[in-house]
Amino acid sequence: MPDRTIVCRCEDLTLQGIRDIISSGLTTMEEVKRLTRCGMGPCQGRTCGGIVANEIARATGVAIEDVAPPTYRPPIKPVKLGLFLRTGTPGDRTGASGLSATAAGAPACDPTGGDHHA
Amino acid sequence: MRSTADAVVIGGGIHGCSVAYHLAARGMRNVVLLEKDYLAAGGTGRSAAGIRHQFGTEVNVRLARASLRMMESLTEELEYGRGIDLLQKGYLILAYTETQLKQFRHNTDLQRSLDPESLTVILSSDEIRELNPYLDLEGVLGASFNPRDGHVNPWHVTQAYAEAGMRAGVEINRFTEAVGITLDGDRVTGVRTTRGDIAAPVVVNCAGPHGHLVAAMAGVEVPIVPQRHQILVTEPFEEICPLMVLSFTHGTYFKQTPHGSLLMGYGDPEHEVIGLNQDGTWDFVEEVARRVTFHLPIAAEARVVRQWAGLYDMTPDSQPILGGAACVEGFYLDIGWSGHGLMLGPIAGKVLAEIVVGESPPIDVSAMRLERFAEGDLCPEPACV
Repeated sequence: MPDRTIVCRCEDLTLQGIRDIISSGLTTMEEVKRLTRCGMGPCQGRTCGGIVANEIARATGVAIEDVAPPTYRPPIKPVKLGLFLRTGTPGDRTGASGLSATAAGAPACDPTGGDHHA
Repeated sequence: MRSTADAVVIGGGIHGCSVAYHLAARGMRNVVLLEKDYLAAGGTGRSAAGIRHQFGTEVNVRLARASLRMMESLTEELEYGRGIDLLQKGYLILAYTETQLKQFRHNTDLQRSLDPESLTVILSSDEIRELNPYLDLEGVLGASFNPRDGHVNPWHVTQAYAEAGMRAGVEINRFTEAVGITLDGDRVTGVRTTRGDIAAPVVVNCAGPHGHLVAAMAGVEVPIVPQRHQILVTEPFEEICPLMVLSFTHGTYFKQTPHGSLLMGYGDPEHEVIGLNQDGTWDFVEEVARRVTFHLPIAAEARVVRQWAGLYDMTPDSQPILGGAACVEGFYLDIGWSGHGLMLGPIAGKVLAEIVVGESPPIDVSAMRLERFAEGDLCPEPACV
C-alpha cells in the first residue's frame, strides 16, 4: 500500500512519491529535488530535507551523514521582490521609475538563457 | 561501465541525452553517455526553459518549428509518465524602437514564408494591453507574439530522453567525467574517464560551456566562451503573466511557470563574469527587481525564494556548432548554443544522430559547421534571442 504521508508540505509530495523517484535510480538530494520539487517551496528544504536524506541513506546503504545536501540558495527565507527596490547605497539609487523605456545597453544576444535560459 | 562503445556522448544535458537517444533509435546498439555531475546539472537545468518559434535566420526558424513539434508530442513519443510541464501561452517580444519593430516584422515574415501555419504576429500597444493588462507599456511601440511559444520543464525533458535512451540500450554514467580523448592520427579511438577507458570510433561533444575544453582533448580548437547569467524565482503567485515577456532594449525576460512561480532575469554580457563561475550575486537581485518591476509592477508583491546562475556557451555569432569536425574523423560537436539550447535540444539531437549514421538531415545545418569560424562565414541570429 502506498505511503501517503506528506513529506513536503510546500509541494504536496508523499513519502511514496519520494521513494519511487529514489528507486528509479535518482539517488542524490539534487536529483530528487529537481525531479519532484521537494525542497523548492517556501521552506526551501528545511522541513523535507532530513526525511529525503534519510530515505536516500536507507535505499542506498550509506550513512545519513554521507548523503550530500543539495545546494542551498539565497535568500534564506522568501522576501518580497519589492523589498529589493529599497536596498542599495543611499543617493545611488534610481528605483523603478529611474529606468527609462530607452535604457541603453541592449544586450547583444538573447537574454533568456533557456530561452535556453529561455 | 562498458569498455567499448559504438559511440560515446560527453555531456548529460538536453543535447547529450537527445543525441544518445536518437543514435539508439537509429539502431546504434551500444551508446555510452558520460556526465560529470547529475543529468541537466549545467545550463539545461539552470535555464529559464522557454521554447519559441520566433527566430530570425532560416536555419533557426526551421529547427525551432521542428523542435517545438517534438516537444508537443514528447511524452507520448518517449513514453514518459511524469510529464514535461509543457505550457504554450506565448512569447511576447516588446519593441521600444522603430528599428526593433522593423526587425520583428522581418522575422515574422521570414517565419511565415517558411511555415504557412506560423502563428507569429505583430501586436499594437492596445493589443498587448488586451493580452496582458498587468504590463506597464511606457515606451512600447509594439511587439511580436506567438501563442504557441512557451515553457517546458528542463529536468523532465532531459530525463525523458535519458530513460527512453536507456530502454533502447544507452548506458548512462552519471558522476563520470571524461578526462581525455584518444586518437590514432586524425581518427578518434576512445575516451578516458575517471572510471576507466572506453574504446569507441565515434565521440560526440555535448559539453556545453565545457565544450571547448572537451574539444581541446581531441586537439580541436573551438571558439566557445562560458558566460555567467543569473536568474531568480518567486513563490507561486496568482496568474498574472503566464507568457514569456522579453525586452531586448532592457535585456529583461520574465514569465510565470505552470507551477505559478515567476522566473526572471536579464542579460548583462558587459558585467557578467567570463569563465566557469556559477555563483549568484546580490547586485543581480537588486537590478532584476528594478528592471522587472518596471515592466510588471505587480511583481514587487511576489516573494523571491531562490536565485542561481548558469553558463551560456557563447560563440562569436551566438550560433551553435553542430556536425562533425572536418579535422578529426569520428569527432562530432553539438555545443555553443549561446543561450537558446534547451528548446532546440530535441531536434539538434536528431539531426546530429542522422549526420553520425550517414543520413542526410531534412534540415540543412551546414551554416552551423565548425569550419565557418576559420572561413569567416558567420551566421549571426538577429532575433538574437
